[in-house]
Amino acid sequence: MTYETVAAFAQTWGLLYAAVLFGGVLAYALWPRNQAKFDRAASMPLDEEIDQ
Amino acid sequence: MTAAVKTPRTGFDALSVGVVLAAVGAYALVAAARTHEAMFQIHMYVLLAAMALGVVGVIVSGAKPKSAAQSTYNDEIVKAGVIAAMFFGVVGMLVGVVIALQLAFPSQFYFPELGFLNFGRLRPLHTSAVIFAFGGNVLIATSFYVVQRTTKARLAGGVWAWFVFWGYQLFLALAASGYLMGITEGKEYAEPEWYADLWLTIVWVAYLGVFLGTIWKRKEPHIYVANWFYLAFIVTIAMLHIVNNLALPVDAFAGTSVSLMAGVQSALTQWWYGHNAVGFFLTAGFLAIMYYFIPKQANRPVYSYRLSIVHFWALIFIYIWAGPHHLHYTALPQWAQTLGMTFSVMLWMPSWGGMVNGLMTLSGAWDKLRTDPVLRMLVVSVAFYGMSTFEGPVMSIRAVNALSHYTDWTIGHVHSGALGWVGFVSFGALYALTPWLWKRERLYSLRLVDLHFWIATVGILLYIAAMWVAGIMQGLMWRAYNDLGFLQYSFVETVQAMHPYYIIRALGGVLYLIGALVMAYNLWRTARGDVAIQERTPASAPAAVPAE
Amino acid sequence: MSIWSGHRILEKHSLLLIVAILVVVSIGGLVQIAPLFYLESTIEKVQGVRPYAPLELAGRRIYMREGCYVCHSQMIRPLRDEVERYGHYSLAAESMYDHPFQWGSKRTGPDLARVGGKYSDEWHKDHLIDPRAVVPESVMPPYAFLMKKTIDADAVVEEVKAQKAVGVPYTDDMITHAKADVLAQADPNADGSDAVAQRYPKAQVRDFDGQPGVSEMDALIAYLQMLGTTVDFSTYQADAPANRR
Repeated sequence: MTYETVAAFAQTWGLLYAAVLFGGVLAYALWPRNQAKFDRAASMPLDEEIDQ
Repeated sequence: MTAAVKTPRTGFDALSVGVVLAAVGAYALVAAARTHEAMFQIHMYVLLAAMALGVVGVIVSGAKPKSAAQSTYNDEIVKAGVIAAMFFGVVGMLVGVVIALQLAFPSQFYFPELGFLNFGRLRPLHTSAVIFAFGGNVLIATSFYVVQRTTKARLAGGVWAWFVFWGYQLFLALAASGYLMGITEGKEYAEPEWYADLWLTIVWVAYLGVFLGTIWKRKEPHIYVANWFYLAFIVTIAMLHIVNNLALPVDAFAGTSVSLMAGVQSALTQWWYGHNAVGFFLTAGFLAIMYYFIPKQANRPVYSYRLSIVHFWALIFIYIWAGPHHLHYTALPQWAQTLGMTFSVMLWMPSWGGMVNGLMTLSGAWDKLRTDPVLRMLVVSVAFYGMSTFEGPVMSIRAVNALSHYTDWTIGHVHSGALGWVGFVSFGALYALTPWLWKRERLYSLRLVDLHFWIATVGILLYIAAMWVAGIMQGLMWRAYNDLGFLQYSFVETVQAMHPYYIIRALGGVLYLIGALVMAYNLWRTARGDVAIQERTPASAPAAVPAE
Repeated sequence: MSIWSGHRILEKHSLLLIVAILVVVSIGGLVQIAPLFYLESTIEKVQGVRPYAPLELAGRRIYMREGCYVCHSQMIRPLRDEVERYGHYSLAAESMYDHPFQWGSKRTGPDLARVGGKYSDEWHKDHLIDPRAVVPESVMPPYAFLMKKTIDADAVVEEVKAQKAVGVPYTDDMITHAKADVLAQADPNADGSDAVAQRYPKAQVRDFDGQPGVSEMDALIAYLQMLGTTVDFSTYQADAPANRR
């Protein structure tokens, strides 16, 4: 294993991996069906004092 | 102390804490008897006494009659964290002022007979006190508060939660006293010796357990994003701490150790640790504070929850690569330097994504900044975050770093983040927490918050402006050539040129410290239930405040 | 069932969230750090680099204890002004026995990677006792107390053994004589003083602080005087296949 092979791997598969990971996170965050859940989650800090 | 009660298996938490304390105490006893090192022996006696106190504490808390009216949340521990944070904040900033004065006026602030007060020993005390003691206590306190509120569950683990709090304070005591006595591993921001490191590891695992246990008890299916950031902070710091501190004690009963790694490997591991202490301790942890306290204080949900998810994964993925930018032009292979630089520049994007998310939470409610100085403090902290996370990537570029590295520009950069971002967001959180925890309607004085804000802001500006000018000047002087092709300045001429800037920097630090003292006074009066005379309204008169 | 249910599991199952966090944050460290243990440029040996002599090791421990690294770097970058000011740029091999490294991150004072031999012992002693008596503009703390404290040779032997345990090639001969070497390096008239320089080539053997006994001042000056002196740069060839970095 030389530096060149590691670099070649990183510049192809590594890049692909990072892009897919990012795409996945982005798609999850923007997926329309998750909207309602996120809206609910976003208001969590605001509606906590129910049982105090 | 409030142990978890009610169920028959209650005793387990106290028992398991007791076993850990007894085991550590037994080692301390043997080590104190067997060691040849006087300093280490002192620490072992301290450890032994702490363990004994801990056992007494566990027994006393277990024997106390359980109050049926125990509140839903464990807020006592958060209160303790707020007090500890404020205390260590003032101490850490005070030490910072002292060492700033030492560089400005060396003849007045060094004492030949008191070697333990030399810069080299006080500087680790300053960095550890503000980062780990002040910042760490803010993180522990706020994480325990936030995780309970966003899961609607009481803190898990019973006595273990208190073990985390007091265990962390013990770590701080061992670390701080060790620096003064000259006990150190000689690695910046990771100075404590192996036994303090091991103790912190135990405490940290307990911290993770308590935090996670609370999440498991949650009544909401979704885990709020602030808790993601807290989790990333806890887990990653554990990883960094363990790997970077791998060391071999010279003897089973000696305080001195030898780092497992050497040279280049040691350097990169250290800066992988060092930069991610910034990334996961001083950034991820405090972003969790931003994601809870800004929405809470502004009484509006976070601007974009979707952005917060992208922000989270992008930030933790990219941050971990940035360490090598501390080692540009060194003997570290250049490919590693380039990787570090590339990811540091990329880091600008998630950082600003987070900043936008924090700032835009205020959209439609910007008027609150005029009336609520606590919210203003929180929001300005995010602005400072944006500023220093822009400056950071710039400084990570090799050509810029060639000038900035080794100079006070770096110190200025660190403090724009530390004083502006970490300091202000912590102050905002503590100002918000104190009335909530002590069940007061409001702070003692909003005017004092305002005063604190302005004193501290002026202090920061003096500090970072002085260090920018001084640092860039220093870098340029080092590389200046005269007409004959010789280096123009001797090193000591560059030291001399720093003098006025060191004075301005010390002044900035003094202002920032005064601000913190004003805050401590304000929080103390708030906890007592007082309201400043000028700010009293019929509704907030002391008589109307229920006694604790 | 949405294809994104996977991530929903992450949120709902905090352990999986932790695993995902660990996976994401481990990659960077692994890719950057792991190769350093295998790549030739970072593990090559350079002629002349040797383990620290016991007295120098004791001095290094004092250097760490007093936090010298917070103000002094030991890493000369290959930039024109640095090489002219401080000397040949630092090689990876020169800190290969530094457990841990002392490259530093700040130059409140000058770089010390090649301070060895630049000043006399007397200068170092006077400067450490009262920096401003020698350099009026200095902001360095005074270290007069180093003169009064004696080196515990037994503790040094323990450290030499520990250094060997983590991979520094101390020989059995070096370990056997470690205690004697501590005393002999600071006393040119002692019995084993010639042997010190044989075991540790280029080790400087003399009474560094000018007073009887082995003080912490002796150790620290011995350490400073050897910094950057072991590699002979008149014969070192950076381009030689063995030294390519």
